[in-house]
Amino acid sequence: MLDDVQIVVEDLVKRFTLPTGSFVALDRVSFQVREGEFFCIVGPSGCGKTTILRILAGLETKTGGDVAIHYHANGRPRSAMVFQGEAVFPWMTVEANIAFGLRSQPMPAATRRDIVRYYLDQVGLTPFARAYPYQLSGGMKQRVSIARAFATDPEILLMDEPFAALDEQNKLLLQQELLRIWDESRKTVVFITHSIDEAVALGDRVLVMTAQPGKVKQVVPVDFKRPRHIPELRRDARFGELVYDIWSALRDEVSRARESRGSARGEESLP
Amino acid sequence: MSTVVERNGPRIVWRAREDTAGRVRFMTTRHREILMSIFSPLVVLIAWEVVVRANLVDARFFPAPTSIVGTFWALIRSGDLASAVGVSLTRIGAGFLMGAVPALVLGLGLGLSRMVRAFANPIIYALYPVPKVAILPLVMLIFGLGEMSKYVIIAIAVFFLVLVNTIAGVVQIDPIYFDVARNFNASRRDFYLGVVLRGALPAIFTGLKLAMGVALIVLVTAEFVGARSGIGVMIYESWQVFAIERLFVGLVVVSFLGYVLSLLLDELERLVIPWQRDRR
Ligand SMILES: Nc1ncnc2c1ncn2[C@@H]1O[C@H](COP(=O)(O)OP(=O)(O)O)[C@@H](O)[C@H]1O
Ligand SMILES: [Mg+2]
Repeated sequence: MLDDVQIVVEDLVKRFTLPTGSFVALDRVSFQVREGEFFCIVGPSGCGKTTILRILAGLETKTGGDVAIHYHANGRPRSAMVFQGEAVFPWMTVEANIAFGLRSQPMPAATRRDIVRYYLDQVGLTPFARAYPYQLSGGMKQRVSIARAFATDPEILLMDEPFAALDEQNKLLLQQELLRIWDESRKTVVFITHSIDEAVALGDRVLVMTAQPGKVKQVVPVDFKRPRHIPELRRDARFGELVYDIWSALRDEVSRARESRGSARGEESLP
Repeated sequence: MSTVVERNGPRIVWRAREDTAGRVRFMTTRHREILMSIFSPLVVLIAWEVVVRANLVDARFFPAPTSIVGTFWALIRSGDLASAVGVSLTRIGAGFLMGAVPALVLGLGLGLSRMVRAFANPIIYALYPVPKVAILPLVMLIFGLGEMSKYVIIAIAVFFLVLVNTIAGVVQIDPIYFDVARNFNASRRDFYLGVVLRGALPAIFTGLKLAMGVALIVLVTAEFVGARSGIGVMIYESWQVFAIERLFVGLVVVSFLGYVLSLLLDELERLVIPWQRDRR
């Protein structure tokens, strides 16, 4: 069951058209995600990570290749996204934000309330149920965003650099929290980050991308046992090695990207 | 609070000043603030009284506040003032609703669709700058001298300001919120009311407040030109018969009306936009 492939991406190409011409954001990207897998995508900013996620969520179209997702016909929402940056509604309370995805699901109001209460508790925001986002710290807002996605109980969870803007302490806290909540459901997760460290700490496998145009460099399996304790994991020598290996693979690409940064987008073309 | 620097041999010691948080105060800052804002018009009135009594200005054009008070009182007792205010308020209220509601609905739609906006923009921006007072004769021709012409001219003025601001409000909503709504399968109702309307509300209120100011101008002008009752009529007729005290009563009442209406909008805004940081 766990080895069932749920997401199949084959030779995915995305070309964006700008007034100055078009450029290739994703160049023949291929990967597969198994059901129940915590799949991480790591790569430098601008390599097309968000674009991949938006295509998976149906918020963006593809230019070429094939993207197929196998869903169960069980009435659950297909996917829920934790967006990059601040995406909680500033005009809704914490409660209302978490309930937002549930409103389209047919269920008694009491059930809905219970679910919201459960996830408020899970992310430690019960005292802030009636607060507005402006009254919260960045970390708390991210918790709301995560709770909102989990609350809908989607088949696939798409997370776009959810912790990128947080300080180290909060990041660690939320990573651990995410693993704990995820352990209860073991739903399929596609998790995007630019932090190799984070990808290795969280993921079952890590897809390493390179930039300009976005390509798959390699897919690295991470077979630390679960449940994971991230601070412990970081002390593990194998953790450091994995991070180092991925970093070496990326290093050449980053410097290559830096050199070609001056080149105009319009000049790039599909091979 | 006294000196904060003291000498200690060859060295100077600086100490932070104490605040008042630990002490019991007679009045809170808010109370003193209110007192100050009551105080300032009082100062102006007293100064005005003194200037008139000292014959520094012509009392025929600038009657002393005390002499206006008498006329004020007489107008209140006769019920003339209340009926004038009632008529004018009804016109503002009806005109405002007739203009703001369609503007809001249309503005949300136009804000959401680039194509419809591209189609409608030339029309809107051709009509928007027309001084609304200039179309008053046309409106009176079409709707007659009755109440409807007042409602309509106020509605037209309100309509454009609310429309333009609502469109701007929708356009400036961060597209990420639309993506969130899509991703979480928001119903049409949740999308329009929960995301689009609420996201645009701050800008909509900017429009409503601007519209209120313009509505007052248009109201008084319309009443000058073709009406038998209302606060504008009171001012205009006072001019014709040189009832200078009554004229001033009219001016005071109009400015007070404007003040109360804008206060009302502020309060409403606080109520429906509780998420704005700077409101607290
Ligand atoms: N809607 C769009 N129109 C044009 N270019 C876009 C659009 N979205 C993303 N891009 C470009 O595509 C590239 C990849 O973007 P993105 O997927 O956001 O990268 P990442 O998330 O890895 O930082 C970037 O160069 C970005 O500027
Ligand atoms: Mg991104």
